[in-house]
Amino acid sequence: MKRVGVFVCHCGTNISAAVDCEKVAENAKSFPGVAYSTDYKYMCAEPGQELIKKAIKEQKLDRIVVASCSPRMHEPTFRRCIESGGLNAYLLEMANIREHCSWVHPDDKERATIKATDLVKMAVAKVMQNEALVRSTIPITKRALVIGGGIAGIQAALDIANAGHIVDVVEKEPSIGGRMAQVDKTFPTLDCSACILTPKMVDVANHPNVNLITYSEIEKVEGYVGNFDVTIRKKARSVDLKACTGCGTCIQKCPTKVPSEFEMEMMDRKAIFTPFPQAIPNKPVIDRESCRYFKSGKCGVCQKVCPTNAVDFTQEDELVTERYGAIVAATGFDLFDDSVYGEYGYGKYKDVITGLHFERLLNASGPTMGKIKRPSDGKIPQNVVFIKCVGSRDEAKGKAYCSKTCCMYTAKHATLVREKIKDSNAYVFYMDVRTPGKGYDEFYTRTTDQYGAKYIRGRVSKIYEKGDKLIVWGEDTLLGRPVEIEADMVVLATAMVAKADAAKLAQMVGFSYDQNNFYTEAHPKLAPVETHTAGVFLAGACQGPKDIPESVAQASAAAVKVCGLLSKEEMPTEPIISAVNEAICSGCGMCVPVCPYTAIDLKVIQERVHGKTVSRKIANVNSGLCQGCGACTVACRSAALNLKHFTNEQILAEVDALCL
Amino acid sequence: MKYAYYPGCSLSSTGVEYDISTKKVAESLGIELWEIPEWNCCGASSAHLTDHLLALALPARNLAIAEEKGLDVAIPCAACYARCKATEVEVKDSKEMQKTISEVIERQYTGKAQARALLDVFVNDLGLQSISTLVNKPLKDLKVVSYYGCLLVRPPRLGFDDAEDPQSMDKLIEALGGTPVDWAFKTECCGAAHATTKSEVGFPMIEKILTAAKEAGADCIATACPLCMSNLDMRQTQVGAKYGKNYSLPVFYFTELMGIALGLNPEELGISKHFVDALGIVKKLNEAAGRRDTA
Repeated sequence: MKRVGVFVCHCGTNISAAVDCEKVAENAKSFPGVAYSTDYKYMCAEPGQELIKKAIKEQKLDRIVVASCSPRMHEPTFRRCIESGGLNAYLLEMANIREHCSWVHPDDKERATIKATDLVKMAVAKVMQNEALVRSTIPITKRALVIGGGIAGIQAALDIANAGHIVDVVEKEPSIGGRMAQVDKTFPTLDCSACILTPKMVDVANHPNVNLITYSEIEKVEGYVGNFDVTIRKKARSVDLKACTGCGTCIQKCPTKVPSEFEMEMMDRKAIFTPFPQAIPNKPVIDRESCRYFKSGKCGVCQKVCPTNAVDFTQEDELVTERYGAIVAATGFDLFDDSVYGEYGYGKYKDVITGLHFERLLNASGPTMGKIKRPSDGKIPQNVVFIKCVGSRDEAKGKAYCSKTCCMYTAKHATLVREKIKDSNAYVFYMDVRTPGKGYDEFYTRTTDQYGAKYIRGRVSKIYEKGDKLIVWGEDTLLGRPVEIEADMVVLATAMVAKADAAKLAQMVGFSYDQNNFYTEAHPKLAPVETHTAGVFLAGACQGPKDIPESVAQASAAAVKVCGLLSKEEMPTEPIISAVNEAICSGCGMCVPVCPYTAIDLKVIQERVHGKTVSRKIANVNSGLCQGCGACTVACRSAALNLKHFTNEQILAEVDALCL
Repeated sequence: MKYAYYPGCSLSSTGVEYDISTKKVAESLGIELWEIPEWNCCGASSAHLTDHLLALALPARNLAIAEEKGLDVAIPCAACYARCKATEVEVKDSKEMQKTISEVIERQYTGKAQARALLDVFVNDLGLQSISTLVNKPLKDLKVVSYYGCLLVRPPRLGFDDAEDPQSMDKLIEALGGTPVDWAFKTECCGAAHATTKSEVGFPMIEKILTAAKEAGADCIATACPLCMSNLDMRQTQVGAKYGKNYSLPVFYFTELMGIALGLNPEELGISKHFVDALGIVKKLNEAAGRRDTA
């Protein structure tokens, strides 16, 4: 005989104000299988838990129903509780009579009590069907992979490495550094970005526990938490990193010039190049698309001048596979394409530029050696107009979200215009000024009060060229009148968007992303660096627009999660996973594509039928990958797949209890 | 290719040359236009300032007749197009509104018959390639600024072109052998009826557009709206006098320029009806072509 114990919680007055808990406990006594039923003010508190443990012993209970809050809140608590009381943790069922009952029906105690009773009845029916489940364990490979070598990736790698674990950092570009390397000064302190970034770049490069794998991309990811098998494509650099001393002779002598991506195409680089002077590794790469040798077979100057014979035109892409216990995605962001704003003429007027272009114009090693000059004619601009929210907060043409960083970097830009150019004017068109960060609002106040930047609340409707000026038409919505400014340069605070290939990587690794292709955290408040895929963590702007302090903080948080995982030899796995009834599985394979975690494949089994050995295909669930979502059980036509702890029989028992 | 044709009130009065040139050009291009029998006024600005349902019901009746015939509606006038498009979208968006309107007009209109701007039909249905093959008097060296006005490509989510920097008319000019001149006033408002009722508001708006066209180095302006035409053409001398300027800028309906390029007689296209002399520039164009031919 199964003996179920029911424990109804008042949750202070959270439940008892709307539900007659004593009556619910009383009603429960009549349900089939219930041997004991009681109520208590705070079931999750120490005395409440003791009450349960005592009842298990004294009443010889073998399965438990707790009627209280959401299982998301206290299921782990009560599982631990009954485990220490001597029962299997999965012989627990929770009836959520708070979020699903008292909180939503505060005004009708009688009916709320009936509903609570029904919820308990269902839970009792289910727990009668529950089976003891056993957690198994999987070994953990003590090596972490960080995808992306920007500031977030660098910080995560350093923290993991400092904790004593081996980390590989895979960076797509020839150098680590990311977007932060392009930035000139950082808000709110105006310290130089390179001055604080490059030491970290050197640290991560020299760290004995870190391997930098630059100019490389993730090709394939298999496996699961603790054991990800990752194939990395090391793109042919055409330069032997071991032989190259980074002397730079090849770069000097290369005859081919192409616009530099790092300098936002405002300056040229060579076909053999390092993206910027402080690049790490500070060894060049050949851009084969523009290299004369690769295009026409002639030239080869770099190879001839190289004193160490490091240039190797025959190099090919190399695929390496490595096993990792944990992965941190830190792939960063791209910029929105401003040319959709026809009225701003970005791409048509040379002096309408993005904030990132402006960073390069401010930078001492940029195209203008740090002097703010117009890209069109090199003149120093007197009137600079800044437009905020270009692509952000604009559902019609851009993105619905706020890009978060633009208010601050625009304030920084306006400050620097006023500081660097005598008698200049900095006009900022804004919708709102959002400065929630330490020292941020003070910085903005200095921009207006001390540096005299002119903030105009309103949107710009049109920009057009008149002679060598840009005429900016806008609206001052506070004064309620149109504004016209003769500008020399216009800087657009362009929205941050997900990387063009963000979705591809997420699909490859097997974690989710939102409608804007930003990676989705497991919980927006309580699990901001985890993904729904165990062992995969997020850092930086790949998860959503972020500034440097926030990216660094998130990177360190992700590193802690990685270290927590890697500090163990093995980890328990959740037993609530799909199971295949091999006898009735027809091997149709419908479950394979619906699985979001690529946990199901088809395997061939041998059977003896009528004395003959035949082989057939059946579904096979990888217990390390399965997250227990249940999608496959719905797709399965023959009900061969069943999710443990949520089996068809268990769910139907609940339905029967309510409806029969 | 066959379309229902909705000329609208302006095309039978101030914009009669738009109607004439549209029909002639469509005929030359092999597009059949079936004029909606007993069409009514689209309501223009008066209706939608008076009553929302009225503003939708008026165009809906015309669209319903086209729908019965199974045809999309080609509409030259930008304002008529805007009203018809708004009706189509509202009917598609709301079954309830569809029912109400059908009751009011005592006809079924489900949104199946689409409101199409004539420019959209020429550029995107017929295609620039087909048009350019039929050009026999290219608008050689004619520098044209395309003026779309405020309604033709708006609102953004409904338009057939970029709402702020549209290109279709410019591309059409290019296909006709002309030189499209880029400028920033393509979608600037001409002031609409303000030139008549509040000239202190309307005239500066016209002045800005004419001056910008002149500064862009244009020989003429191409437009797709009878009200824009009135403001830029009929008011040009008046505005010029007020600001002490002599623009001498011929303004064409884009259909007239198409007609010229297709080799139709300018007089027959209605070009002689303009206030600012437009025949002169056409004549020069033909003379230059003649010189090229004999040379």
